[in-house]
Amino acid sequence: MILSRDAVYTVSEDVVAREIEGEIIIVPLMAGIGDLEDELYTLNETGKAIWNKLDGRRSLNDVIAELAAEYQAPSGEIERDVLGLVQELVQRRILLAV
Amino acid sequence: MRDADSPYVAKVNVARHRVFQKRTPVLGSLDLELTERCNNNCIHCFINLLEDDAARQRELVTTDTQRILEEAAALGALTVRFTGGEPLLRENFIELYLFARRLGLKVLLFTNARLITPELADLFARIPPLEKIEVTVYGMKPQSYEAVSRVPGSYEEFRRGVGLLLERKIPFVVKGALLPPNSEEIDSFEIWAATLPAMESPPAFSMFFDLRGRRDSASKNRLIESVRMTPDEGVAILRRHGHSYLKETREFCRKFTGPPGDQLFFCGAGHNACVDAYGMLQPCLLMRHPDMVYDLTRGSLKIALTSFFPRLREEVRATNSDYLARCALCFLAGLCEQCPAKSWAEHGTLDTPVEYLCRVAHAQARDLGLLREGELSWEITDWKERIKQI
Repeated sequence: MILSRDAVYTVSEDVVAREIEGEIIIVPLMAGIGDLEDELYTLNETGKAIWNKLDGRRSLNDVIAELAAEYQAPSGEIERDVLGLVQELVQRRILLAV
Repeated sequence: MRDADSPYVAKVNVARHRVFQKRTPVLGSLDLELTERCNNNCIHCFINLLEDDAARQRELVTTDTQRILEEAAALGALTVRFTGGEPLLRENFIELYLFARRLGLKVLLFTNARLITPELADLFARIPPLEKIEVTVYGMKPQSYEAVSRVPGSYEEFRRGVGLLLERKIPFVVKGALLPPNSEEIDSFEIWAATLPAMESPPAFSMFFDLRGRRDSASKNRLIESVRMTPDEGVAILRRHGHSYLKETREFCRKFTGPPGDQLFFCGAGHNACVDAYGMLQPCLLMRHPDMVYDLTRGSLKIALTSFFPRLREEVRATNSDYLARCALCFLAGLCEQCPAKSWAEHGTLDTPVEYLCRVAHAQARDLGLLREGELSWEITDWKERIKQI
C-alpha cells in the first residue's frame, strides 16, 4: 500500500480512541479489529506524537512538517515514522483516508 | 506485549497494562444494576423482584444512565458490567449497550440468557462486548432448572439463548448455582461447560448464598437459608478441583488474611463504582445500607469515589462487642466472607457476626490445616506461623 503525502486521515468509526492517564487506548468497536476480547491497542511515544496530529484536517505533509518543527530529529526519520504508523493503522482499519 | 513487527502500535492485554495495573485512573470499572426485576424467580436469589414490579417506575431513565456512563468513561473506566436482576429486561438495553461501547467501554453482561434473541445475538456479533458474556445456569434438565427458576418454559428459553450465542460465535462462559434440585448434575454441567469454546477453566459455582440486601422479604430470606449448603458440603465442592483450589487458597491466605481490627471496610469496597437501578452508588454490589450509599442523581461519581467512600472506609468502625471479640481478632478475615454488606443483609447492622459465614470459614480453615477440630480462629495467636506452613 502506497500512501499519498497529500492525503488526510481520520480515525475510523470502527474504533473508539480514548486517552486515559496520558495513554492513547484504541478500543475496537466493530468485530474483526481486536481478535481477542481483552486486547486493545496502545501507541508508543512516537506513535502518540503522530496520532495527536491526525485530526482529519491535516495532510500527512502537514503532519511531517509540524513534527519536524517540534522535534530535533532528521526530517527523513520523521517522514518514515509518520508514513509507517499511518500505513499500519490503515491496515488495521483504525485510520481512514478522508 | 508488543506486536513483534510494529515499532509504533502495541496490542495490550488490559490487565497487564501499566495504566490499569497501577490503578491510576480514578475509576477502573463500573457496575450498573440495570434493574432489580427478573424473569426468573429463583429460590436462592437475593435480587429478583417480579418482572412487572412497580419498582420499574423508579428505574433510572436512559439519559441519567448515559450521564453516569459518560462520567465513568471520563474518569478512566474501561469496563462496565451490566447486571441485575436480569439486565436484558430493560427495554433500553440495546441503546445503553451501544452507548457504552461507543464511549470505548467494554461491556461485561451477566444474564440468564433467556432473552437473547437472534437480533441481539447479531448485534453482539457485529459490535462485540469485548468481554465474555457470563451466563448463570440453574440446571441441566427442564425439571431441575425450573425447580430453581420457578418459571415454566425457562429452561428451553435458556438453551435457545445459549444456542444463539454459540451459533454467532459470541464468547461466553457459564457458571452455576448449586442447589438441592440440581446438586446431582455437577458432573454433567462441568462436562457440558468444557465443550464451550470460551471456557478456559471449570465453571464457578455459587453455593453460600447471600440474603437480600434490601431486607425486603423475610419469607424469601428463610427460603434462601433453607437451600444453603452446609459448610462441609461446600468445602467438598470446593475440593472437587483440589490442586488448583488449594494452590489459589494458600496464596490468597498468605496475601490477604489477618485480623482486621475494628475497621469494617477492609475489602475492596468503595474503590470501584456500583450503581443500583435507581441511581444510588454503593460501595459494592451487595451493600445497600441507606447511610452507605451515595445519590448519583444529586452528585457525581468523582465526588463519591474521591471523598464519600474514602471517608466511609476510614470512619466506619465496629462497636458491637461480639464482633470486636471475634471478627476483629479473627485471622481468617479475608477468607471468611463476613463483611458489612452481609452483616446488613442478615442482621440489619454493619457489625454483627454472621454465624453461617463463620462456620463456612472455620470448615475451610480446618480443611486447609489452619485450624484443628474445636479451635476458634479468634483465639489463635500463632496464626502467622500456621499460614506459612500450609
